[in-house]
Amino acid sequence: MDYLTIALLVVVIVLTAAIAFFAFRYRKRTYGKDGREGVTTDKGLKRRLFAFSRKQLCIPYGVFLALFVVFPLFLILYNAFTDRSGHISFDNFILFFSTPSTITNLFMSLLIAFVTTAVCILIAYPLAYILSRMKASRGYILVMLFVMPMWINFVLRAMALRELLDLFGWLGEYNFLNTIIGMVYDFLPFMILPLYSTLIKMDRSLEEAAADLGAGRTRTFVKVTLPLSVPGIISGAMMVFLPTMSCYVISETFGGGKIPLIGKLIEEQFLAADNWHYGSAIAIIMLIIMFITMLVTGGFKSENVRGGASL
Amino acid sequence: MTRKIISYAFLVFVLIFVYAPILLLVIYSFTPSTIIGKWDGFSLSLYGELFTNARVRTMIINTVVLALLAAGLSTILGTIGAIGIFYSRGKLGKVVKGASNINVINAEIVIGVSLALLFSFLTFNRTYFSLLLGHLALITPFVVLSVTPKLKQMDPSLYEAALDLGATPTKALFKVIIPEIMSGIVSGFMLAITLSLDDYIITSFTKPIGFDTISTYAYNAVKNQAKSDLPALRALSAIIFLIAVIVVIIMNIRASRKEKTK
Amino acid sequence: MKEQMTENIIEIKDLVRQFDETIAVDHINLKVKRGEFVTFLGPSGCGKTTTLRMIAGFDRPTSGEILLNGVNISDLPPNRRPINTVFQRYALFPHLNVFENIAFGLKQKRVRVVLEDSKGNRKEKTQKLSKQEIAEKVAHALKIVDLEGFEKRSITTLSGGQQQRVAIARAIVNEPQILLLDEPLGALDLKMRKDMQIELKEMHKTLGITFIYVTHDQEEALTMSDTVVVMKDGTVQQIGTPTDIYNEPVNAFVADFIGESNIFSGTITDHKKVRFIGKVFDCVDDFEKNEKVDVVVRPEDVVLTAPGEGIVDGEIISSVFKGVHYEMILKVGRNEVVIQNTVEKKVGEKCGVMISPDNIHIMKKEFSVNRYDGYITKKNTVIFGDGEFECDVTQLYAGSHLDEEGYLITADGEQLDLTDVDVEVEVGLHDIDVSDEPEIGGATGNIVSIIYKGDHYQIIVRTEENEEDYVVDTEYTWNENDTVSISIPKEAIKMKLKTEEKR
Repeated sequence: MDYLTIALLVVVIVLTAAIAFFAFRYRKRTYGKDGREGVTTDKGLKRRLFAFSRKQLCIPYGVFLALFVVFPLFLILYNAFTDRSGHISFDNFILFFSTPSTITNLFMSLLIAFVTTAVCILIAYPLAYILSRMKASRGYILVMLFVMPMWINFVLRAMALRELLDLFGWLGEYNFLNTIIGMVYDFLPFMILPLYSTLIKMDRSLEEAAADLGAGRTRTFVKVTLPLSVPGIISGAMMVFLPTMSCYVISETFGGGKIPLIGKLIEEQFLAADNWHYGSAIAIIMLIIMFITMLVTGGFKSENVRGGASL
Repeated sequence: MTRKIISYAFLVFVLIFVYAPILLLVIYSFTPSTIIGKWDGFSLSLYGELFTNARVRTMIINTVVLALLAAGLSTILGTIGAIGIFYSRGKLGKVVKGASNINVINAEIVIGVSLALLFSFLTFNRTYFSLLLGHLALITPFVVLSVTPKLKQMDPSLYEAALDLGATPTKALFKVIIPEIMSGIVSGFMLAITLSLDDYIITSFTKPIGFDTISTYAYNAVKNQAKSDLPALRALSAIIFLIAVIVVIIMNIRASRKEKTK
Repeated sequence: MKEQMTENIIEIKDLVRQFDETIAVDHINLKVKRGEFVTFLGPSGCGKTTTLRMIAGFDRPTSGEILLNGVNISDLPPNRRPINTVFQRYALFPHLNVFENIAFGLKQKRVRVVLEDSKGNRKEKTQKLSKQEIAEKVAHALKIVDLEGFEKRSITTLSGGQQQRVAIARAIVNEPQILLLDEPLGALDLKMRKDMQIELKEMHKTLGITFIYVTHDQEEALTMSDTVVVMKDGTVQQIGTPTDIYNEPVNAFVADFIGESNIFSGTITDHKKVRFIGKVFDCVDDFEKNEKVDVVVRPEDVVLTAPGEGIVDGEIISSVFKGVHYEMILKVGRNEVVIQNTVEKKVGEKCGVMISPDNIHIMKKEFSVNRYDGYITKKNTVIFGDGEFECDVTQLYAGSHLDEEGYLITADGEQLDLTDVDVEVEVGLHDIDVSDEPEIGGATGNIVSIIYKGDHYQIIVRTEENEEDYVVDTEYTWNENDTVSISIPKEAIKMKLKTEEKR
């Protein structure tokens, strides 16, 4: 029997157990807490046992997430704190923080992510603002125009931009700049969408009220529009900052291998260096940075996340 | 007036930035040259290659089949999950929702290595199945995110009305809830396809050896500077671009028609 | 399910529904007769919708039973109940057109048919309704709601009133035994609502099925129903015909909720005599002498006469034209009487008041506390019930205190003079001390009634001047006609400011 079959069997068993558990719980409730005789007929009881309620629908997905999202994260955690022989050790973390190149690596990642996010906001905010003030149908078409390149394969798009930079003769010359251009090119739509949806939903009478109360255009923007669009900015920034930090595909394509990102470091440990424990430790460090970013920015609004790409 | 001119100039500038590389791809899809920038005369040979070159053909089919399969499965799983989460007000729903959001914000590289660890823990080789699981883990949460708002918008008494009229809970689910949230399901499916087609990192950690999608193939070809079938992909990009343009135009026509009937 | 033709189609026994800490439905008992039009009436949060939802099957009772034709259906899912609902916001399926919406229930239906083959073998089979049968039924339902030819229309193109009709058609097409209507007219404008009321009543007559209707609109309830169930805080207050509920409300809440009414505190002084607003009126209800009662008089039943010709005199202090009639307020002593009449009396005019005995509705008062109207004096004491008592005026404003000169300082630092401020005073039955030394207390009176209540006596002390009553629970024995003084500890006098809008 191969392992695939075993894995599938495990999934099926867990699912059955979960459903049985909830069905049983449901049945118990039918009888009431006070232990009063159930008023259900036998037939009714059976029907309840096998009729599934809507909330039980999240069990299969929950099991899937537990097996393929949560459990693997625990594996990372386990690997990060053990060495090759399986003993608990902090060597991986000590190694990371005592190697100057990896520290540079970490700061370079943060710098790239930060600059990319800033540039994206600077381009996307005025753009989204202009689009949101247009006639709704025209604005919508233009938003589609800006998002449409996402349909073309991301690697191919990056290749094309690379060729373009090559035509300018920039490739290999300005590695940092090229990486930023590549990142901005790839992640700009993720910034435009949440900003546009926040600005378009904004109650326009608030701006009119500000004008009515004597605020000029600039003042209205600074005191009303901008503060109200902060949630959109945060969502967009999260959707750019977090992936940029580890998106080594772009840095490799544009930086000529001179701009190492922390993501690349992880990949190397897993593919080339074959030191999974160290790789896991770096992944944990990345997760911590992401977690801190989330805390600082106050999380994200799920409606504005990449889901907006389907606009 | 100047304000308007500046606005439009800005829009045009960004549009050029976004579309210049793509136009370059499209233009150079009509010449058989190996690199962009060198014009070897007009020819449709790259388009022909998409159908004649077996390697390119398999790669495209691989990518598309994987995307359709993963998007289809994730749409089913994610829709069911979103409905379950929405209707369970208790802890269970909250926990599942939280777990679902993990991969939305998680870096792809972390997802990729965590799955690699899982497969080695279960000691099973990377197969098509592991690749499919990797894509499902990445894209299903996004389906949940697109379906959930539609559930929130739905009138809660619709489900009760269906039961009231004699439908069983299962029937009510399929005849009322699913049709009501259909637009969310469709956009979730589209998003899932886009994400799956685009993915490089997770694919590279979960794919079986010798299996290539457009992303992995193109990336490795560039990285290794290998003599490759890369030019043919220019033709592919041009075709995808054309399809995207047509879709947008159709959507616009439909939208403006709807506006008129109102 | 075994069917038996019981007289009551629905019987609710001791029904309770609890959500976390709050009890939405509190031990309700109710019987609904076959073919009746029953309305659950009450303010929002009174449990009427929760009760309806339990009958429909959307909610399960915490305890108690719902019997349909004598069979407990508490745990039967809604799709198995021969009951259909018209929802508050219609809940029409937007992805289906009018025909498909109405046919939804019919498509779920399975009917039992007996087939006979050529050899004469009989076979029972359940099968779906045929397309033609469905089409006929839908057309018929549309005809009932006056929407013939609307089959192909999309739900979103319909007006509110039309959607309402489709919702009704969708429910009645299934030929339910009971039709539940959850505030179905709430979203319609006034005129449409009036028309629909009449149409629903007609429909109820033609269809002959039981209607259970939920509303907070008392006029709607009175217009349409055979039986009205008035609810409050999860309990049933009164069940009766609209006329009964209107004319013979069982308590002050019902009287106040149904129509406009004057509610006064009164005392039975003799056989079929009741005293309120300072005078004794003849009445038709017979209560025990000295019983504390609530007296309800409908504004339209108050007859104005020339001064001196009525039972009591008063002065008109307000008059507002309401379309058909004038609504006037007559001040009689410290009481205000609302009057509706087509003839206007000007503000300031003096009038007499007559109320015919059968228009005086008397309800037993659940006596738990003595209530008086009073006012504050210069010395920060309070005068009520023909007496003057020491009191704590700071309770009128939260966080306030008195300064040395006796002015009240509020929490915000504002200085108030409370002299002559009207207050409502409450004194508990146990908090009153009775003494036979006449000078100790704030008021004096005679004991007019002594009732032994098992472990204590309940006595009523009546003052001479205005015949105010103090009801006192005491352990000591007293004799009738003893003259006693009333004293009340400062902290037992509970006061509230009289609010302007309250009559």
